[in-house]
Amino acid sequence: MNRIAACFERLKEQGRQALIPYITAGDPAPAATVPTMHAMVEAGADIIELGIPFSDPMADGPTIQLACERSLMHGTRLLDVLEMVKTFREKDQETPVVLMGYLNPVEVLGYKSFAEQAAAAGVDGALIVDLPPEEAEGEFDQVMKANGLDTIYLLAPTTEESRVEKVCKAGSGYLYYVSVKGVTGSAALDVQAVADKLDVVRRYTDLPIGVGFGIKDAESAKAVSGVADGVIVGSVLVNKIASLVAQQDEIPAQVSAIVAELRTAMDA
Amino acid sequence: MPIKTDLSTIAQMPDERGHFGPYGGRFVSETLMAALQQLEETYERLWRDPDFQAEFDRDLAHYVGRPSPLYHAVHLTELCGGAQIYLKREDLNHTGAHKVNNTIGQALLAKYTGKPRVIAETGAGQHGVASATVAARLGLKCQVYMGAEDVQRQALNVYRMKLLGAEVISVESGTRTLKDAMNEAMRDWVTNVDDTFYIIGTAAGPHPYPKLVRDFQSVIGREARAQCLEQAGRLPDVLVACVGGGSNAIGLFHPFIEDADVRMVGVEAGGFGVESGQHAAPLTAGRPGVLHGNRTYLMEDDAGQILGTHSVSAGLDYPGVGPEHSYLKDVGRAEYVAINDDEAMDAFRTLTRVEGIMPAIESSHAVAHAMKMAKEMDKDQIIVVNLSGRGDKDIHTVAQIDGIQV
Repeated sequence: MNRIAACFERLKEQGRQALIPYITAGDPAPAATVPTMHAMVEAGADIIELGIPFSDPMADGPTIQLACERSLMHGTRLLDVLEMVKTFREKDQETPVVLMGYLNPVEVLGYKSFAEQAAAAGVDGALIVDLPPEEAEGEFDQVMKANGLDTIYLLAPTTEESRVEKVCKAGSGYLYYVSVKGVTGSAALDVQAVADKLDVVRRYTDLPIGVGFGIKDAESAKAVSGVADGVIVGSVLVNKIASLVAQQDEIPAQVSAIVAELRTAMDA
Repeated sequence: MPIKTDLSTIAQMPDERGHFGPYGGRFVSETLMAALQQLEETYERLWRDPDFQAEFDRDLAHYVGRPSPLYHAVHLTELCGGAQIYLKREDLNHTGAHKVNNTIGQALLAKYTGKPRVIAETGAGQHGVASATVAARLGLKCQVYMGAEDVQRQALNVYRMKLLGAEVISVESGTRTLKDAMNEAMRDWVTNVDDTFYIIGTAAGPHPYPKLVRDFQSVIGREARAQCLEQAGRLPDVLVACVGGGSNAIGLFHPFIEDADVRMVGVEAGGFGVESGQHAAPLTAGRPGVLHGNRTYLMEDDAGQILGTHSVSAGLDYPGVGPEHSYLKDVGRAEYVAINDDEAMDAFRTLTRVEGIMPAIESSHAVAHAMKMAKEMDKDQIIVVNLSGRGDKDIHTVAQIDGIQV
């Protein structure tokens, strides 16, 4: 069993939900990333989504766009992100790491090379925002599977039921439900609407479902953990990082403090 | 270069998934998939609907002023001393460029699908103006995203859009040009997908946009083909058009794809010179990648980050290109070259002085290359240049180059 499946199984036994924080790799500088990942795990993160910086993150709001820009100022490449995961794995062999980003940097590396190097670095899965199942079927899906990597797909409020089945079949590891129509960091979510949609999704899959976009605080994390298998939180952490560009030593402690707060609320 | 694929196969692209060979496709986040699916179904139905076609044709005739003339530029021809140069006068369209052909079509789609709000991205402002124009006419709310740098260099068009009732949103992110405007427009669309129609200005983006924009713009090539046959008694030898995203070029080229003897040349923005790296010529100097919903030639660094572009022309200042052009390049049906800023500016001045026609700086790139080609060709040969827009909007830029405060 891979790390993602093991993680959700353990949580299920405990009756808890996964807390899945997102940070952009290399933001605000490459040295900050691995210590922040470790600190977040200590504070109760179950899975880490690590963003691959991209110059044109068009599904993201200004928060993540700026995080990408800060990271790219240091020239962070996809291969550097894989190095960070490798370093993280020196101390942590248990916590799943999922790469999240856009297709173009992956295309440049080549799908096969990406999958092989990611697996070797200790990555567990990837969510490529602008690669829906229709475009992934074929080479991308094959090389991910061949290297034991999960392919995480998005589901959205706009995803029609006829498509839900297709996406559920294509996905592995978990599904990422985008709770609001919008970009990352946008409006607050409607928990009842999320619950209704997840009921539909669960007719087609046994995969765990993480919910992201619009989770801003302990209250919304708690509410979402009542209806989902995982709570994905990004912009609120990235905003904290943005506020600490001048005090980078503080980043692991202050970001993980937010993670701890969300964890406490979810487990209460 | 020999053509590697059967011409009718080339003409029938894209396939049902929006792929032009390896290019095109639908590389967007999940939230937009349903909207694109719906747009595709609506478009395929309406494009075959005689009532829709009739309304589109009527608008092109009586609102846009089509057909646009094919003008035999005898003075420019004489100056070059070679092939006969004909100008397809898209600059004479209502709003001053070819862009309106597409916005008329997409606004009709918005109307038929009952969306009360339209958004658009714009570089030079021509597509923004064309979108604001059709929105004003149909009573649609219109917001236009424009890079902050372009807002400055195309102040006239910004004000035109405001007068037309559109709101212009200045985009400060990234390189503050067309690609960033497109990012913001995509973000808006993701957020407001229920009530908003996104009028994409060029034959790029996720399927079905490259196809439908091409279809709306193909009126250019259909007219030019008939006009050339009528005026010269035969088809042209060469078609020349500027390529940013490439909608005017694909509009001219597409109806000629199966005419094997007609060469097609797309002219990209060479900026300070392709060798300088400061240009906007992905087909000439880039490589395939994925951006803004499609796979196509891009300007990117070796890690896959999109590069900033440079062109004196805001309308060509884009790091990608429509996927059909990438395909036409690879199969050898069209050729792509780059013209530098100063060559384009020379052509702008030349055409203005010898024909009394002031071209957009975008179109001046095509004129510049056509002049080069004409000199090497025989007098009984014919070049049709797509004069995609008029130069009034560029007076400020030209004056600035001349060191004059207008």
